[in-house]
Amino acid sequence: MTDTPASKPGQTEVWITGIGLATSLGEGLDANWAALGERRINVDEKGFAPFIVHPLMPVSFDSQIPKKGDQRQMEAWQRIGTYAAGLALDSAGIKGNKDILSKIDMVVAAGGGERDLNVDTGVLTAEAKGANAPGFLNERLMSDLRPTLFLAQLSNLLAGNIAIVHGLGGTSRTFMGEEVAGADATRIALARIASGESDIALVGGSHNGERKDLMVLYEFGDFNLKDKFAPVWARKDHAGFALGSAGAFLVLESKAHAEARGAKPFAKLTSVVADLARRKQPGELTATLEKLWSKLPRGEGKGAIITGATGAEPATAEERTFLESHTDFPVRATGTMFGHTMETQFPLGIALAALSLSRGALFPPNDSTGLEIEMQGAPTQIVVVGAGHWRGEGMALVEAVS
Amino acid sequence: MTAPRDKFGRPVVVVTGMGIMTSLGAGKADNWSKLVAGQSGIRTITRFPTDGLKTTMAGTVDFVSVDPFSSTGLSERMAEMVTEEALDQAGIGAKGDFPGPLFLAVAPVEVEWPQRRELGRAVGKPDFTYDDLLRISGGGKYNAYHHRFMFGSVAAYLAETFGTKGSPISLSTACASGATSIQLGVEAIRRGETDAALCVATDGTVNPEALVRFSLLSALSTQNDPPQAASRPFSKNRDGFVMAEGAGALVLESYEAATARGAKILGVLAGCGELTDSFHRTRSSPDGKPIIGCMKKTLADAGMEPDQIDHINAHGTATPENDKMEYNTTSAVFGELAQKIPVTSNKSMVGHTISAAGAVEAIFSLLTLEHQRIPPTINYDNPDPTILFDVVGNTARDARVTAVMSNSFGFGGQNASLILTREPA
Repeated sequence: MTDTPASKPGQTEVWITGIGLATSLGEGLDANWAALGERRINVDEKGFAPFIVHPLMPVSFDSQIPKKGDQRQMEAWQRIGTYAAGLALDSAGIKGNKDILSKIDMVVAAGGGERDLNVDTGVLTAEAKGANAPGFLNERLMSDLRPTLFLAQLSNLLAGNIAIVHGLGGTSRTFMGEEVAGADATRIALARIASGESDIALVGGSHNGERKDLMVLYEFGDFNLKDKFAPVWARKDHAGFALGSAGAFLVLESKAHAEARGAKPFAKLTSVVADLARRKQPGELTATLEKLWSKLPRGEGKGAIITGATGAEPATAEERTFLESHTDFPVRATGTMFGHTMETQFPLGIALAALSLSRGALFPPNDSTGLEIEMQGAPTQIVVVGAGHWRGEGMALVEAVS
Repeated sequence: MTAPRDKFGRPVVVVTGMGIMTSLGAGKADNWSKLVAGQSGIRTITRFPTDGLKTTMAGTVDFVSVDPFSSTGLSERMAEMVTEEALDQAGIGAKGDFPGPLFLAVAPVEVEWPQRRELGRAVGKPDFTYDDLLRISGGGKYNAYHHRFMFGSVAAYLAETFGTKGSPISLSTACASGATSIQLGVEAIRRGETDAALCVATDGTVNPEALVRFSLLSALSTQNDPPQAASRPFSKNRDGFVMAEGAGALVLESYEAATARGAKILGVLAGCGELTDSFHRTRSSPDGKPIIGCMKKTLADAGMEPDQIDHINAHGTATPENDKMEYNTTSAVFGELAQKIPVTSNKSMVGHTISAAGAVEAIFSLLTLEHQRIPPTINYDNPDPTILFDVVGNTARDARVTAVMSNSFGFGGQNASLILTREPA
C-alpha cells in the first residue's frame, strides 16, 4: 500500500473561481445544469456501432478560438480543451486580463495523438496487397502525413494551444496517465497554491471520444460498451464504458488572491488525494478508496459523492463495494450522463461538485438500479471519486464556501 | 557550514543517487569517460529500414533488448535500469520500498506500427477499413497491448517495481520534460510533503514515424555521413537536431534527511524555473522574453546572481533557431558574462534525448561539478560567428565549477531551467 499526503490543514484556502464546460450535454454551466436536471443523456448508438459514444454538443469554436489558423493547427481534442479553457477564464472573469494571465500556472491532464485513419488504413491495406519494400512505410508517412498533424497529437500541445490562444504566460505542465492524471493535475495545482508557490491556476483536460483509434486501444482490453446504452450502475452483465467528448477546466485561486480582485467562489477545493492500487487481488481497489476517503478532512454537513466510475469491470464492482459503506452520501455517476472522458472525468467531477454546491442542490439521480438516490436539501461537501478503468485512484473534497 | 534550509526558509534539496543511459552506454562511469573523451553515440540507424527517410542516423540505445519491441517498452526498460543505478548509489529505503513519490518524464504513448501492422495482417483480407481493424481488436487476444499503450503504464510499472509512494505522475513538457520531473520533485520536498523523491526521465522513441514527424517539421539534421558529425551545436553549418534515446534517474532528498542517514551528497538542486511562451507552437518568441524570464526566475529561485554561475549546460540542440536564440537570451540575462562563462552542449555527442534530455543533462552537469571538468561540444570546427559563447569546443576543459545552469526548451512554449551546485548556498 502506498499513499499520497493530503494538502495540510491550515494552509491557504483555495477557491474554485472559474468553471468551463463543453460536453455532450452542452456548453456552459447553465446548459449542463439544465440537462442534468432533466436527466438528459446524449448518446450516439449508430455512428460507431456497435460502440456507443457521447458526442460533443456542437459549439461555435470561433467564439473562444477566433483565429481559423489556430483552429486548423489543432485536432478536435485540442479545440474542445482550448474552448473549455476559454470558458473557464471567462467564468473567472480573467479572460484577457494580462496581469493575471501572464502569471497563471497551468496544469493540464492530457492524452494525445488523434491519428489520421486514412493514412493508417492506406498503409495497412497496401501492405496487405503485397507492398513490402523496406522503405514503404517511411515513404508513405513522409508523403501522406500532414506536417502539422504531429503538433495536434503531442500531449503537451493542448496546454501549448491554450497558452497561444488565450495568452497564458505563467507555467505549463502536462500530466498523462489516463483518469488519474486529472486527479494528479488538480492535486499538484492545489498543493502549489495552498503552499504559496502559486496564486492562481488553470487546471483541466479535454477528450474527444469520437475516435476509432481510441476504440481500438480500449477494445484490446474489451473495455468498450457495446450495442446498447445503460447507466453505469446497470452494466454489471454488460460491462464497459462509452467514450465521451468533453472539455472541463477550472480556475483555482487562493482566497486572498480572489478576494483582492473581488472574485466570487463557486466552492472551496479542500483536498485532493491519489494513489495507485496494485489491483492484483480482489479488494485492493476497494481498500485504496477507503484509505483515500479516510484522508479527506470531511465535515459534519450534508454530503454527496460524484464519481467518475467507468462501468468497466472489475473496477466498478470494487468501487460499488466502497460506496455501499457510505450510503449517507448520495451518489451520482458522471459516466452515465457524460460518457467516459478519461483524463477529463476527474476535473469534470470537481466542476459539477462546485456547481452543485454553488446552486445549493445536487442534480437528480439518473440510474435504473436504485444505487443513486434523491438528495433533499443543499449539500455542503461533495467528494469526487475517480478510479481508473485499469490503474490509478483519486479523490477530492469540495466544500461550500460558508 | 551548511544549513538544512535555504535563504528562503525552504528545505535544501540534494541529489543522493543518479543513474544514466545514453547512446554512449549504460551507467555514469561509461557515459562520463566517453563524454569527456569527446565520443559520439550517434550512428546509422539499423533498427528499421531507413529507405526514403531524409535522416538516417540517431543516438539509438541498441544494447538494451526488449521483447516484444516497442518504443514504450524500451523507454520502460531504460527507466528501470537507470533507477536501479540511482537507488544503488543512494542506498535509500529498502528493495522495492522507496520512501517517496515518483515523477516520470515520458514520451507520449500510442499504439505503434509493429502492433498496428499485426492487426492489419490479422484482418486476413486485402481490402479493409478501419472498422475491420476495430472489429478484431477485442476478445482478449491483444490484451497486453492495452496495458502497454496506456500513458500511465511505464509509471505504474516503475512504481510497483520500486515501491514509490502515492500516485506516480507521468508528465510531458516536450523537450523540457526531464527538467520538469526534477522540478516536481524539488517542489514536493520543499513543500514538506516528502523527504525524498524519485525523478526519472526516459525516451526510447527512435522509430520511423517519430523520425518522419520531426523531419516534416524540418527539425532534424540531414548530415547523415558520417553520423558522428551530424550534431553541430553552435556551429555555422548546424542544420538541426539528432534524435536520440536515453534515460536519467535522480534520487532527491531533503538535505536534512540525507545527512541524517549519512548519505553522500552528490550535488544540490539550488533552483528551478519555468516560463511559458505563448508565441508559437514550435518557435520561440522573437524577443526571447519567455526564455529570458525563465532563466531569471531560476536565478531568483536559487537566490543567486548571474556572476555566481560558472558553467552553462546549454539546451544546444543544433537547430539554427535554438542555438541563436539561446545565445541572445543568455546574453540578455548574463550580459558580457555570456561570452566568458564556459558553455557546452552534451547533445553534440549523445544527440537530443527529447523527453529525457533535461534529466540526462542535469546528471551530466552534476558529474561536471564532481569532476571539475567540462565535457566538450564536439563537431565545433566552424563556429557560428554570431554566437559568441565561450564554447568548450572539441576537447574537455578542466575548470573550477561551483554552479551550473542547465536549460531545456521545448515545443509548445515549454521553457525550464535548473541550477545545480556542489554545496548548499
